[in-house]
Amino acid sequence: MTTRLALQQITKRYPSVVANDGVDLSVQPGEIHAILGENGAGKSTLMKIIYGAVKPDGGRVLWNGEEISVANPSAARALGIAMVFQHFSLFDTLTVAENIALGLPSDTRLGELERRIADTARQYGLELEPQRHVHTLSVGECQRVEIVRALLARPQLLILDEPTSVLTPQAVEKLFDTLRRLAAEGCSILYISHKLDEIRALCHTCTVMRAGKVTGVCDPRQETEASLSRLMIGAEPPAIRHQQRQPGAALLQVRGLSLPKSHPFATELRDIGFELRGGEILGVAGVSGNGQQELLAALSGEDPRAAADAILLDGVPVGRRNAAWRRAHGLGFVPEERLGRGAVPDLSLAHNMLLSHQTGATVGHGMVRFGAIADMAAAIIARFNVKAGGPQAVAGSLSGGNLQKYIVGREVTRNPKVLLVAQPTWGVDVGAAAQIRAELVALRDAGCALLVISEELDELFEISDRLMVIAKGRMSPSIATAEASLDLIGQWMSGLWGAPARRQGGAHVQA
Amino acid sequence: MFKLEPRAAPSVWMSWMSPLLAVLLTALCGAILFAAVGKDPVASLGVFFFEPIKDLRGWSEVGVKVAPLLLISVGLAICFRANIFNIGAEGQFVLGAIASGATVLAFDSGENGGFWLITLGLLAGMAGGMLWAAIVAWLRDRFNANEILVSLMLVYVAQLLLSYLVHGVLMDPDGFSFPQSKMFSDGFLLPIILPGTRLHLGMLLAVAAALLGWLYLSRSFSGFKLQVGGMAPRAARYAGFSARGSLWISLLVSGALAGLAGACEVMGPIGQLTPSVSPGYGFAAIIVAFVGRLHPVGVVFSSFVMALFYIGGELSQSRLGMPSAITGVFQGILLFSLLACDVLIHYKLTWRK
Repeated sequence: MTTRLALQQITKRYPSVVANDGVDLSVQPGEIHAILGENGAGKSTLMKIIYGAVKPDGGRVLWNGEEISVANPSAARALGIAMVFQHFSLFDTLTVAENIALGLPSDTRLGELERRIADTARQYGLELEPQRHVHTLSVGECQRVEIVRALLARPQLLILDEPTSVLTPQAVEKLFDTLRRLAAEGCSILYISHKLDEIRALCHTCTVMRAGKVTGVCDPRQETEASLSRLMIGAEPPAIRHQQRQPGAALLQVRGLSLPKSHPFATELRDIGFELRGGEILGVAGVSGNGQQELLAALSGEDPRAAADAILLDGVPVGRRNAAWRRAHGLGFVPEERLGRGAVPDLSLAHNMLLSHQTGATVGHGMVRFGAIADMAAAIIARFNVKAGGPQAVAGSLSGGNLQKYIVGREVTRNPKVLLVAQPTWGVDVGAAAQIRAELVALRDAGCALLVISEELDELFEISDRLMVIAKGRMSPSIATAEASLDLIGQWMSGLWGAPARRQGGAHVQA
Repeated sequence: MFKLEPRAAPSVWMSWMSPLLAVLLTALCGAILFAAVGKDPVASLGVFFFEPIKDLRGWSEVGVKVAPLLLISVGLAICFRANIFNIGAEGQFVLGAIASGATVLAFDSGENGGFWLITLGLLAGMAGGMLWAAIVAWLRDRFNANEILVSLMLVYVAQLLLSYLVHGVLMDPDGFSFPQSKMFSDGFLLPIILPGTRLHLGMLLAVAAALLGWLYLSRSFSGFKLQVGGMAPRAARYAGFSARGSLWISLLVSGALAGLAGACEVMGPIGQLTPSVSPGYGFAAIIVAFVGRLHPVGVVFSSFVMALFYIGGELSQSRLGMPSAITGVFQGILLFSLLACDVLIHYKLTWRK
């Protein structure tokens, strides 16, 4: 049997970095092959080379034994290479079938296409209704549309980029079934991820990359998570100490918070209620697009439409106050989007201090104290080990992980009473993620009340004291992390928490 | 087919040089234009770029044009940085002229005037410009009306209002029914800062405005908030900076400066109200603001270039027999060259089959 895809000594240099440095890779027919590595390890560049979106500076690409040069993505598709990207390219206002038809020749008949979509979906256990509009689909269903679109071309190699980051645990199992079925038919799969447990559960072979080089090829089923992690980052991340402690006073109370949609594709918030105490981390799980954005905007003050007494900050009604007012009264917020929301890309790190530090220390007599903000920025860069050119480096020049460290540092050093954090480690490498989590835990131990919204369940289980789930704009009851299971949370993520069986009683639950 | 591809790292140096490049390209296009109509391109360009500044008197005339252009463009630079596209500075200029002219005419008895009444006239001009800009701000704030359209349309309203007034209540009763007001008395005219020329106090006010504008944008917290609102509206909302505040501040400031420019023109070189108080300063200042990179110090240089075009245009009518449209042609080429330079700094042109 010839090797499906072989890369030999692939090298790609960018002006500032060598993204791929002599990378070898070989994928057999029917093999599920993992590419494991931190952000910035060169996984994406390698995939773009295979998919024809980037040209390598050196090395050879062999496809079914023949040397090829992939000119562009449509040439790759013609060869039988398909890719499902992390971010979907679907039009909300079109149906599933219409979206898929967009990539096909213009003489495609929609009726026939719908039948083919339904057939393909059924064949691989992907439930999908071709006539539904995309804006009515969940994120998991959108991903199925992308996968079905890729499968319609009958590919010999399917590339998946971080496919599980948007899925519930149950949906992940379903995806894995589909992928195993595909592999059994002889399709090769390249599975890009940094989630060690998934790779061990799914993949036959694993190529580990670090800083543009291959650091190991192994059978993940024979490895432990610790050994894979060592290959990936060169060291094991420090474990977080769990400290049993008594939560303090309720610093953030939310009661009967309901908000209509602010635009047609938003999620309506319905009767949300919970209480957040000093010295605890409340983790909010949920599949993205279930109201997380809307809830955070209402809590942070970016959306001041809530009823005044629906949100109490340290006992004071704040529902109608803007973000600056709430910040001045002890609220901190790390938003999900770093560039354009948490930081202004074209401004220096020092200037970006002013987004959340607006006190006498930074502004005097209406004038900005430049020395002070530069010193504060330099202190954060040093303490949080941010890799940046200095306080005058523009925010847009930092990598995602370093900017996240900077923004978390900026909010942590304000010593807020309540800190809201969205996706604290999204797109951040393992080392930086561990550091950010440790900072959040340290803040909790100092008495701060933290609300962490994340799509990474492992992370929530690791740092949270209590867990809640947001689904379809409603909030589940809360449960102590120690008593929660992945199954239960997964079930809640689908909106099913009607049964009172596992409900945590007493102070934590708003009736 | 040509295709524009984004450059990975646009050159910082080139983005500062682009206004200079645009001026050079404008001169080049001008030379081609002159050659095409049978004039000596070198001598013709000389009329544009060297004739106006060959002596002190020439410099002072350039200064007379710089004053209104600089005042208006400093305000527009602040506005555009907040992403508020006030393109109706011409109308705010006219309202400033009307308000200050009417104030002067109301107080002018022939013998009075002096510091306080001149100050009153200038303040009235600022209030007039602010009022005109406030209409734009209010409609945008209340009804989300597009400020580009509203401010532009208000230009024509302002011009017609001026025409109506100088044909009516503000017309000089002893002026043989010419549509213009009576001449202001000397006590209401801005002091001349360079004896023997027409260069007036407005030039100093304009330089002060540029310095204050620079201080505001680069040093003050309010200016910072305004610019964050322009660069990243969601970051401004995250920080809790008021978008309404930015809208009102930027429009009122630019309206006030345009109004002040109008007041300086009627209380300076013109000395009365006439149906056409502006040779398009309010529109030319938009180009000045962009060529000056929306920087209050940068616009000092670009308003100088624009003033050259105005005087060069007048000279080339008398010396070369070119039509008066030549000034507008040069302004248009300058803006076009600047935009073209900026595009090529951020993108590269490639050939794709």
